[in-house]
Amino acid sequence: MWDFIWNDFLVTGEPLIYGAMASIVLVTVLIVFVLTYFKLWKWLWDEYLTTVDHKKIGIMYIIAALAMLFRGGVDALMMRTQLALPGMNFLNSVHYNEIFTTHGTTMILFMAMPFIIGLMNVVVPLQIGARDVAFPFLNALSFWTFFFGAMLFNISFVIGGSPSAGWTSYVPMAGPELSPEINQNYYLLALQLSGIGTLATGINFLVTILRMRAPGMTLMKMPIFTWSALITSIIIIFAFPILTIALALMTMDRIFGTHFFTLAGEGMPMMWANLFWLWGHPEVYIVILPAFGVFSEVISTFARKQLFGYKAMVYAMCVIAGLSFVVWVHHFFTMGAGAGVNSLFSITTMLIAVPTGIKIFNWLGTMYKGRIRFNVPMLWALAFIPNFTIGGVTGVMLGMAAADYQYHNTYFLIAHFHGVLIAGTLFGMFAGLTYWYPKMFGHKMNEKIGKVSFWLTVIGFNITFLPQYFLGLMGMPRRTYTIEPEWMPLNLLSTIGAFILAGGFVIFVYNIYFSARYEPREKTGDAWDGRSLEWATTTPVPHYNFATVPYVNSHEAYWDMKETGATTYDESKLEPIHMPNYKGMPIIMSAIMFVASFGLVWHWFWLAIPGLIGVIICMVIRSFDYDEGYHVPIEEIKRTEEQARGRKE
Amino acid sequence: MKNLVSWFKRLFMVPGLFALLLVASGCSGITVLDPKGPVARTQQELIIFSITLMSVIIIVVFVLFFYMIIRFRERPNWTDKDYDPHQHGNTTLEIIWTVIPFIIVAALSVPTVTSLYALEEPPEGSDQEPLVIHADTSNWKWYFSYPEQNIETVNYLHIPEDRPIEFKLSGADSMTALWIPALGGQKYNMAGMQNTLYLEAEEQGEFAGRNANYNGSGFAEHTFTVTSESEEDFNEWVSDIQNNAPELTKERFDQYLEPGLADEAEYSSTHLEYVDFGENDGRSYITDLYSGDLGEDVHLYGGEGGPWEEE
Repeated sequence: MWDFIWNDFLVTGEPLIYGAMASIVLVTVLIVFVLTYFKLWKWLWDEYLTTVDHKKIGIMYIIAALAMLFRGGVDALMMRTQLALPGMNFLNSVHYNEIFTTHGTTMILFMAMPFIIGLMNVVVPLQIGARDVAFPFLNALSFWTFFFGAMLFNISFVIGGSPSAGWTSYVPMAGPELSPEINQNYYLLALQLSGIGTLATGINFLVTILRMRAPGMTLMKMPIFTWSALITSIIIIFAFPILTIALALMTMDRIFGTHFFTLAGEGMPMMWANLFWLWGHPEVYIVILPAFGVFSEVISTFARKQLFGYKAMVYAMCVIAGLSFVVWVHHFFTMGAGAGVNSLFSITTMLIAVPTGIKIFNWLGTMYKGRIRFNVPMLWALAFIPNFTIGGVTGVMLGMAAADYQYHNTYFLIAHFHGVLIAGTLFGMFAGLTYWYPKMFGHKMNEKIGKVSFWLTVIGFNITFLPQYFLGLMGMPRRTYTIEPEWMPLNLLSTIGAFILAGGFVIFVYNIYFSARYEPREKTGDAWDGRSLEWATTTPVPHYNFATVPYVNSHEAYWDMKETGATTYDESKLEPIHMPNYKGMPIIMSAIMFVASFGLVWHWFWLAIPGLIGVIICMVIRSFDYDEGYHVPIEEIKRTEEQARGRKE
Repeated sequence: MKNLVSWFKRLFMVPGLFALLLVASGCSGITVLDPKGPVARTQQELIIFSITLMSVIIIVVFVLFFYMIIRFRERPNWTDKDYDPHQHGNTTLEIIWTVIPFIIVAALSVPTVTSLYALEEPPEGSDQEPLVIHADTSNWKWYFSYPEQNIETVNYLHIPEDRPIEFKLSGADSMTALWIPALGGQKYNMAGMQNTLYLEAEEQGEFAGRNANYNGSGFAEHTFTVTSESEEDFNEWVSDIQNNAPELTKERFDQYLEPGLADEAEYSSTHLEYVDFGENDGRSYITDLYSGDLGEDVHLYGGEGGPWEEE
């Protein structure tokens, strides 16, 4: 028993892992102590753990994303340390492989995804004049399945061992024959668990946006961020089931001995690569399109001008979404599918540059004849344009299959996708977070500290990743735990850049603390002279969002309201507002799913089967839940609004 | 604000200067841009062509970008002479920046497609028949079988210069990729199927070759060296192996298939007599042999020549 726990269950023998275990225990004890000492358990349960309020769920998503960004960032620094010099002995090859696998998986699925979904949660209902999302209970369930999926993935490095087959998890390497250890099961079940939440989010936001818009807001009068959320939801709905199926098939291979992707028994290993990228390529547009939406909002607000080419922006996103499903083969041009197939996918891939180029020029056009303020959200959006252009054109180069034979699997590719994901998604999320921060928390983030963080991040990002283009052309493959002497200077430079980049993130997080303590409270509700409906609400936003929903005439609804003097509080139109009750079920049900998944990871059917039965019982209970929510009485609305607006005047 | 704009300028000059410095230092250190054979040259020309076109795009975007943020920034003596908050589009401009990218994509597509078809054939310009070499992998070794010469090498490769090489790529276990950057791009080795990759060396010399596709804990050392030599030297090398090297017995080859690293070696027969991994039947050869033992990891420390510790 103890032998099993020490040798198989816990990961032992690595000083770094012992450090991680100790810090996990310490942090857990600290959190429990703080919650108990300040008697916060009940508050935490009542206000957050059981909430179905989209604003709070969004904030929880973003906190989780920042925590995962920290974890993925530590992974990145460990890798860059190992690669700084030839002959480094910081990580061995096995440990390094686990680190780059968890780095990739964490950053895409547990950082970028919750970050965009968090912003969508906070902003979309406010932008369309809705009181909540269409399915608030489901929304909470989405968050908790994501959260427990992320936790399941993260415990792997102390319990049982991290997966090490790369975030793409190619078979046969990741299959039961070549990776018989349980590590890989963590990847499969954690992604499956959090994937449930993502798919549910896609459905939730599709319905919310299609069904719950303010009167007068036709599709072509929606704010552009909401458009990006709508298109993202559609991509999620089409792409995620592919991942679900692929993961399920590999799980069956690994746990029940089937032969979908195995070497023996006529499995088809290459089918995994196809299924993975059939999901994986749309996935990268899932994480980039909302960032495009953020940039459109931010640039228009801070250039104090209407968005240039609103319709073209919408159509461009639709075209990108469509093309995202017909380019997946470019992730394995070198599989030998032949010149015809590669030609076709080269051309579809390069075609994505057309709508993306249109968007870049429209953002530039938005600034033309504007009046540009350089606040921190705008700085992130501005840095995006040149940096993303470099990442984008190298993407076109990678799309040229004949040349890709030389770029594939090298640091050229690494530099490209970090160039688009950091300059696109991460800058976008930081722009969005600083932009909507006053709406979420009632104060801005400090501008001075924000600028320091911004410059460190942008400079560090360029020093880290520009050298990697050249390293790729010098023949440095990705996923190697060690470097050749001739690659040393550029790798050292890249490592220095990575630490500068990390400094930018640390200061960003410090700014959250600093701003909470010292920044002046936001009183107007319209912190940046905004243009869309989220700025029409008071700050803090009442839990029902809008006392009365205004009639919308254009995609800049609040700009129009400011011109006519309309508000979201029209006393003559007040009616009781129907709101959902908070529920403990989503977190409980997700926790049970976590236990069941953990059981499956270890092939412990005595744990997995009762867990699955528990989930089914939860679903049955939920099906007989006739709770219709409650109505906020007019008097309470009046009291809330007058208090908030009284303070404003 | 002025301060800020100059900050911006400085920021984007740093990577610019840096890139210039690298280009100025010559392409000699950059393997892919310094081709040693016709295949790599085709790809290098395509890369240079695309870099040129892409630079034009980058310059246009950067110029417009800095024009916008400098010209239309809010500044102390700002007037609303140039301020037009209601301007929301311009059909002519939008058509221009839709059509031009289409033209650029077309310009890139033509050489891409012609190169793709050309790379499926032996390189032109040589009157000799391609030399066939089977390149198979297993964790974490390369086996090069020369069926005509009936010899096999482990983890190194000799080729005659100026003669096309027809690699038949396959593997026993994980998916890998044969990549010799100086000679041309990579292709996957997959169990149960066979890929064909044509390469050719125009010079004599030693080139680095490797598996480019991650395949587990021994990946970093899954490399080989390529020696390109004159036809006479190559033939001499072949007959030396034919006469002096031991035969590759099935037992010996099965030992190789166990996960781990191996030294360079040569044999006067090939493993193709026992198993062809390029055939569907070859796929379960390794799992039948080592079922349960294929998950063994090799713990590498400290890079090439460093202390390795096997488990």
